[in-house]
Amino acid sequence: MDIKQKLRAFIEDHMAVQEEDVQLKDSDPIFELGFVDSLFAMQLIGFIQNQFQVEIESADLDLANFRSIDRMAAFIQEKKANEEG
Amino acid sequence: MVEKDSQEHIVEQARAFAEKEIRPHAAGWDEKEAMPENFIVKLAEKKFLTPSFPDKYGGLELDPLYQGRLIEQIGKECCSTRVLITVHGSLVGESILRWGTEDQRERWLGEMSSGKKIGAFALSEPGAGSDARSIQMSYKRKGRQFILNGKKKWISFGEIADLYLTLASGEQGITAFLVERDYDGVKTKPIRGLLASRASHMAEVEFRSVAVPEENMLGQLGTGFSYVAASALDHGRYCVAWGGLAVAQEALEAMVRFARERSQFGQKIHRFQLIRGIIGDAVAKTQAARALCERAGEMRKIKDPEAIIETAAAKYFASKVAGEVAADAVQIHGAAGCTGRFPVERLYREAKVLEIVEGTSQILQELMANYGLRRYFRHGNRK
Repeated sequence: MDIKQKLRAFIEDHMAVQEEDVQLKDSDPIFELGFVDSLFAMQLIGFIQNQFQVEIESADLDLANFRSIDRMAAFIQEKKANEEG
Repeated sequence: MVEKDSQEHIVEQARAFAEKEIRPHAAGWDEKEAMPENFIVKLAEKKFLTPSFPDKYGGLELDPLYQGRLIEQIGKECCSTRVLITVHGSLVGESILRWGTEDQRERWLGEMSSGKKIGAFALSEPGAGSDARSIQMSYKRKGRQFILNGKKKWISFGEIADLYLTLASGEQGITAFLVERDYDGVKTKPIRGLLASRASHMAEVEFRSVAVPEENMLGQLGTGFSYVAASALDHGRYCVAWGGLAVAQEALEAMVRFARERSQFGQKIHRFQLIRGIIGDAVAKTQAARALCERAGEMRKIKDPEAIIETAAAKYFASKVAGEVAADAVQIHGAAGCTGRFPVERLYREAKVLEIVEGTSQILQELMANYGLRRYFRHGNRK
């Protein structure tokens, strides 16, 4: 699975809404649309750190980084590139 | 992290400390609604105020499991002391550890470990409890400062705290700030006559046009609720889970002691089947709560993303069990259990509050239901 597929699987496993009610797109702003509950942001951080071996620090807490699957994937790729470089 | 043997030794030291320095005084602190300053100094000298902090910041470096076990030992003797460690060391301290800049860590964590600065977590407001996103306290940027205005309520150790981790709402979303007590415009008003946590110096904290330097922002603009408060509350729930277990364990030990000593109808009351039934239930419930707390601890150790939901489940269950076992302990004590002569009266009061703080049981049920509806759904038409 690529980064987006892994993110999608995780998000779908943790959505606070049922799959019959919504169709998750890679560009959907998941927080703004209310797809997830108040625990999710922290679960997502833990997942990204464990799954993709990147360290998320205070400076990374730009809400735009976690807005959608597209933005998360771009953020992870950038972090990995920075950490490897 | 320090070695397992060392961690066990620290927990044993905490047990001995709690028995000697807390147990004889807990009822008195509860009655006087205050915790003596010299006792907080003693806690700090043992590094029990910040058990999870790294050594470089003056902590004990306990891993989450042993941190929980230490909290249990303290919480068995005094809930208010357990609350101090929870808000100071976890809700505030671990939040600065997780989201603070290097400067913020250097500036505050050492002084928090030494007890020179006491931290309090200021989220709740008169009109915003479970619905924490609706906080009214505001921030406005003014040059290199933020101006905070608003009132916080039910702030444990708010009366004596030197540093408040607080949340305010503004144009760029809810944001977290570290506010020192001696900034102009910070005022506190004690809240007395509480059901429980009476020695926890509960207070209202008012911020009236308080100018906070921008370097005191914790996390980034707009990340105060979803990241800073969410992780702080997760730490808080973990401590409260162990606090619930502590109350249940202490109540169980108290009911066993009393049932073995008390005679009625010419025999010890532990010989009566109905009393034995109560004790049997208490054993099973307390051990189940312990299993959940330990599981959450193990998952936190490996930073499993699901540790958050396991922690919520542990807090929900342990606080519920604390209430049930403490109520049964009072029942076994009979009229004597309704007086301050026996700790079970205090445990009974303390247990109720655990079902309310850091996420009510009903909010946690919502979160667990969301999780369960996903986790335990099998796709397809399996009947």
